[in-house]
Amino acid sequence: MAERPLSPHITVYRWAYTMTLSILHRISGVALALALLGLIAWLVSASLGADAYAALLPLLTGTGGKLLVALAVAALIYHFCNGLRHLAWDLGYGYERADARRSAVLVIVVTLIGALLCLYFIFRPGAGAA
Amino acid sequence: MSLRAPLARALHHGTARDGVGHWLIQRVTASALAPLAIWLLVALLSLPSSDYTTVTGWIGAGLHPVLLALTLLIASWHSWLGIQVVIEDYLHGFLLKSSALLASLFLHVLFAAAGVYAVLRIALAGST
Repeated sequence: MAERPLSPHITVYRWAYTMTLSILHRISGVALALALLGLIAWLVSASLGADAYAALLPLLTGTGGKLLVALAVAALIYHFCNGLRHLAWDLGYGYERADARRSAVLVIVVTLIGALLCLYFIFRPGAGAA
Repeated sequence: MSLRAPLARALHHGTARDGVGHWLIQRVTASALAPLAIWLLVALLSLPSSDYTTVTGWIGAGLHPVLLALTLLIASWHSWLGIQVVIEDYLHGFLLKSSALLASLFLHVLFAAAGVYAVLRIALAGST
């Protein structure tokens, strides 16, 4: 394939909050692809029978596993909220600067609250006990 | 009438003419996934325990296998579309890009099939 010239992009622009939200959407999406793999691994281990499930469960209920689950949940909440924002834009709503800024703040706040709630749920005493 | 030079057309420059389909399916799968993702998140976080009996009982109960299979299929579809764009943006060179795209497609189909099979196996084992 022929080498074609590439316009200067990311590095020539002054930082704007929209860039951070945009790249976070992509990063959380990739993280969720991996989380989907984890979910499938969990389902497959359960389908292999009680012994196989019991052998693999500590991976999920250990501190490392719980942290990964918490990260995946945070990624899900962010990707979900920001995804709704994208869908609204696709329908033609929320393009005004003030609206876009407000929805960005809302996404961040909901993600933080949701992630903290889920952290509590995942790490609450007795959670996920086998 | 095309303004494209014959050489450019022969070299497959320009659009593949299916960009809108990709864009639209990404939005359609996102809309379908939104309620399913909330359902799965709430259901999994409120499971009383993660032991074998509780988990397999929940997976096989009522409409759960149907919703789970749908979630896995649509999430895999949506994930495939998203990862495709990421690969196209960051991996360069025909061979590397094509191999990554092909690998991503195969892995997404493989894992979606494995997940749906696992759900069905658990659900059908419970109902005799």
